[in-house]
Amino acid sequence: MMANSILTSILSMGGLGLVLGGGLALASKKLAVETDPRADAIVEALPGANCGACGYPGCSGLAKSITENKAPVNACPVGGASVAEKIAKIMGVTDIGSTDDKKIARVLCQGGKSEAKVKSEYHGIKTCKAASMVNSGPKSCSFACIGFGDCVKVCPVDAITLEDNGLPVIDEGKCTGCGLCVKECPKMVLALTSNKNEVHVRCRATMKGKDTRAVCNIGCIACKLCEKVCPFDAIHVKNNVAAIDYEKCRNCMLCVEKCPTKSITSAFAARKKAVIVEEKCIGCTICAKNCPVNAITGELKKVHVVNQDLCIGCGICQEKCRKDAIEMVRNGHEKLDECSACAASK
Amino acid sequence: MAKELFFIIVGSVFVNNFVLSRFLGQCPFLGVSGKTETAVGMGMATTFVLTMTAVAAYFLQNYVLAPFGLEPFLQIVSFILVIASLVQLVEMVVLKISPALYNAFGIFLPLITTNCIVMGAALLIPMNNYNLIKSIALGLGAGIGFTLALALMSGIREDLEFADVPEALRGPAIVFITAGLLSMIFMGFTGLVPLG
Repeated sequence: MMANSILTSILSMGGLGLVLGGGLALASKKLAVETDPRADAIVEALPGANCGACGYPGCSGLAKSITENKAPVNACPVGGASVAEKIAKIMGVTDIGSTDDKKIARVLCQGGKSEAKVKSEYHGIKTCKAASMVNSGPKSCSFACIGFGDCVKVCPVDAITLEDNGLPVIDEGKCTGCGLCVKECPKMVLALTSNKNEVHVRCRATMKGKDTRAVCNIGCIACKLCEKVCPFDAIHVKNNVAAIDYEKCRNCMLCVEKCPTKSITSAFAARKKAVIVEEKCIGCTICAKNCPVNAITGELKKVHVVNQDLCIGCGICQEKCRKDAIEMVRNGHEKLDECSACAASK
Repeated sequence: MAKELFFIIVGSVFVNNFVLSRFLGQCPFLGVSGKTETAVGMGMATTFVLTMTAVAAYFLQNYVLAPFGLEPFLQIVSFILVIASLVQLVEMVVLKISPALYNAFGIFLPLITTNCIVMGAALLIPMNNYNLIKSIALGLGAGIGFTLALALMSGIREDLEFADVPEALRGPAIVFITAGLLSMIFMGFTGLVPLG
């Protein structure tokens, strides 16, 4: 009896297992959904953040579209050139297209806790979305960043942090330009701009200058000084707020220097400087004639010199030079500064 | 017969709700009740698997386990085996027939394998000597009951997000209390139909 029940249980369970296992094996063959092996390989190559910056539903969605030739191999803005290269290899194409025009999210408000006045104390749900619905936010300026960090929460790559002043700071190295924070921000103080643009007007307040000054001491007061100083006609005051034409802007940062309220910012330390390669310069004076700030001096047929203190790094001279004798160097000036700074500290 | 079927369905949806009266499937009940959308998705997937399992359990019980006298010690093992393979099969079929539905179910589909409501419903069938139709009714009822509980809970939890909850009770604590209250409310259905 005992042996019998052991036997029957082994047989029935074994049989059940066999039937079910065999059935599943058969089903997996019959019901197999054909997937493009290249799509799997592309998913492997993609960053896998599923951020949706490409406009497709996640990395697998993009991979599928690439295999169907509906999306270019460089469609992933996050992965950049290295990922595009890998995908191009998988797809068997050689042309990876341009990938260097990466977009980065910028914070277009500097009205932190100490700069922008507060009109009311807010005790509701701690999200920017909720707070913006109550009397258009707790800050006196209705364009100001609310500072509860909705953008920080939505960022898939942790590129945004809230500083003590209550404003978000974007880590440009980490930012993938997916634009999720731009969509999330109820005050629209975030915007995507090309990584080539270094100068930004960080104020969106369209009130009259006087009214802006009353609520925030770092906002644009529409004084038009930037408009006057710009050698390239790239910045204009529209609707009581300065706006940069990024097509024309050459990152010369003159407006940043001039702005009385400091509402225009740039990475000042990273300003480019023109340097003349002495071996190549033939002294044609073209650069000196074209320099908008007269920073280049030199006599005809003699090597010219760029006055590093005057040079604004606009790059016009480099474009005009027919002998490729001018290089734009980043931090060239900073190095000099460093030495004088360390000398001063000693 | 129709009256009995009605009792089985209403009984398993309200009176003996598998989640709120029998306290089965607490893990998905608390785990995926954060959003109504996913909660309903999980409920649908579970209902589907439950109904299929009820059929499988009925045949397994009456044509394999009972005739060979293996019920007392092989019931649970064989049911687990059947449920697991069934879920696998369902996953394949859904992927083949409707990739959109497959994407909507997502991870929930394979997770149902370990949902104890499925096991509970399968074990209740031989316990009550149900026939095939009644088994299907029980599976369907259990699934609808689970979906109802999840939908209710997720609705409450979505509103709870905006409630001023005392600091100490925030997070899982208030969810457990809510689940308890919901369960007590479901006790009110006792006597609606004869238990069975």
